[in-house]
Amino acid sequence: MTELLTDAGLSKDFATFLTHLITAGAVATVFLLVPIFTIWLERKVSARMQDRLGPNRVGPYGLLQTIADVLKLMTKEAITPANADKVVFFIAPILMVMSVVLIVAVIPYGENFAPTDLSIGVLYVIAISSLGTIAILMAGWGSNNKYALLGAFRVMAQLVSYEVPMVLALLVPVMLAGTMRMNGIIEAQDSIWFIFVVPVSALIFFVSATAEVGRQPFDLLEAESEIVAGFNIEYGGMQFAMLYLGEWLHAVLICVITAILFLGGWDGPGAKDALLTLPIIDLELPVLGIFYLAAKSFLIYFLHMWVRFTVPRLRIDHLMGFNWKFLVPVGVFNLLVVAFAWKIMPEPDSSSLGDELPRALVVLASNVLFVMLIFFVIRDYARRERAKVEALVDETVYAAASAGD
Amino acid sequence: MELNEWAFIGAFFMLSWIFPAAPVIINKLIAPNRPTPIKRETYECGVETVGDTWVQFKVQYYLLALVFLVFDVEMVLLFPWAVAYNELGMFAFLAGGVFILLLLEGLVYAWRKGALEWT
Amino acid sequence: MEFTYETVAFFIFALTTLGSGIMVVTDENLFHASLYLLFSLFGVSGLFVLLVAPFLAAVQVLVYMGAIGILIIFAIMLTRGMMKMDQVYNSQRVAAAVVAVLLFIALAVTLTPIVDELEFGEDLNAELAEDPVADVTYETVNELGKVITDRNGFVLPFEVASLLLTAAMIGAIVVAREDEA
Repeated sequence: MTELLTDAGLSKDFATFLTHLITAGAVATVFLLVPIFTIWLERKVSARMQDRLGPNRVGPYGLLQTIADVLKLMTKEAITPANADKVVFFIAPILMVMSVVLIVAVIPYGENFAPTDLSIGVLYVIAISSLGTIAILMAGWGSNNKYALLGAFRVMAQLVSYEVPMVLALLVPVMLAGTMRMNGIIEAQDSIWFIFVVPVSALIFFVSATAEVGRQPFDLLEAESEIVAGFNIEYGGMQFAMLYLGEWLHAVLICVITAILFLGGWDGPGAKDALLTLPIIDLELPVLGIFYLAAKSFLIYFLHMWVRFTVPRLRIDHLMGFNWKFLVPVGVFNLLVVAFAWKIMPEPDSSSLGDELPRALVVLASNVLFVMLIFFVIRDYARRERAKVEALVDETVYAAASAGD
Repeated sequence: MELNEWAFIGAFFMLSWIFPAAPVIINKLIAPNRPTPIKRETYECGVETVGDTWVQFKVQYYLLALVFLVFDVEMVLLFPWAVAYNELGMFAFLAGGVFILLLLEGLVYAWRKGALEWT
Repeated sequence: MEFTYETVAFFIFALTTLGSGIMVVTDENLFHASLYLLFSLFGVSGLFVLLVAPFLAAVQVLVYMGAIGILIIFAIMLTRGMMKMDQVYNSQRVAAAVVAVLLFIALAVTLTPIVDELEFGEDLNAELAEDPVADVTYETVNELGKVITDRNGFVLPFEVASLLLTAAMIGAIVVAREDEA
């Protein structure tokens, strides 16, 4: 593509820059259109799970429902409250979408097919996501509304807390692959996916990622019944849609990231060879790789939806307790367990399945033992708690009985 | 070259704000704009707003941010350790283990002192 | 001076850093000041990228913008009555100016010879021109990981850093709890 532009008479630097701009525009546009589909999907799946019909009026199977919604929001008056901090209020939704869209830059679709393959790939994703928290805080502050600010602070507390176990879980694939490069992590899973080697990390990542994008059962950012909608209460029209879009796109992207970290990303049978050469711009599109990545991401997205429509919302103190008293210690010890198990076995001679298997099995066994230990500790704790409560009940009943005499 | 990859990120940065800004601006152009004082009031469930929004918050939030900051720095320091781990010996495991356990001690202290309670 | 894309990027980041820095100390609204601070820190991370130190750039965004920025905003929320400051300047302007100038001189005097010695820009550019696909960063992060776990390297500072972080956490909890009781 760059050659095409230099042939047209542009300088090499400018041609590269232009190529970058076009690539960025293309991938961002594709990903920004994905939520239009996933919002419909989510409404339809939730309806089926709850024995309803879901959207079925606009277009076949209601497929155009989201587009109708967008058009409606487009014609709605954008109200800025009189007391709002206007500049901050205006910037917040834009920053929110930016913080999510920029993640797209490092997602690979094939062996040599990624918009860019940064050497700090996964760290870049985490760093960029942390800009989203600032956007939420700006939205809450800028609205000059008590509910909005309260909601924003609760969101901050949640996002900031769940980032810790998420990164702790993410350190495990980085450690096993020995690189932070997205494609490096995928190549390391060539023979065996990390989810079969370190399932505990995958589970921790899944749970904390659910919280990080603020979906049920961790949807305290919304909490309609408690703080009427949280930080986005004063927003209307397209600005509201942008806050919403940021959230939904983040939900999609976190599934893609999970697929890359634990399910081997674009890798699959024949993915490296199935290339479709596009004419004119001379681009080799890894069709099968894109399909595998989309399929794996969708699988995880479906799991997210399943959890979402099954589990009720957590209370905030339970939410924080679950993170700091359970996920963080488990994440820390999990990292140590995996690091130890990974080291006691010798480095395999090649990266074929047969050679990799013994070490993978040892790590998997360590994971199983670790889970058993966790269950043991929890059971012990639960027993003590129950004994305490039962003693209390006995005492009260006994006291009441003796008072009745 | 490394910088070339980052030039892409730079280009993406320059472009990325347009995606959300364009619909917002189109919205401002085509939607009706008839603000009234009532419409522009702060929405707090129909009840008139009392007092200042930007009030004092609990010390709890500050403590939480601090615990997070400590863990954040810890994790950042663990990234190079994790990347190089495959090429290192058992001593690296001990070094990382001591590093992590020292921090866990801080978490245990925060737990015992009730800094993790959300009341 | 050669005018390349990198120079343009450098000036954008430098101006962002300095301009936002000035706004931090002059803005009357503390929340706005803290947002400017975040913006300024973002400029610094851009400078790190230009120095081919992307790991530090990501750390800058993650730790300074994501954690310390939030900490500062929470701290502002804790201090009632600080929302609108009537007086941005206090009576120690002259002393502050003197200290700032002295600090600048000290830094300039100590750092200039070091930078000269490194023959910084030319060397790096020559290396990159020789081998444009050199995987510079991966090596640095990898090297960093090796050095901080090396018995003869920086393993002690690495552990001390952990101790320092723990001490900071415990200290903050003690102070905050005392405040509450």
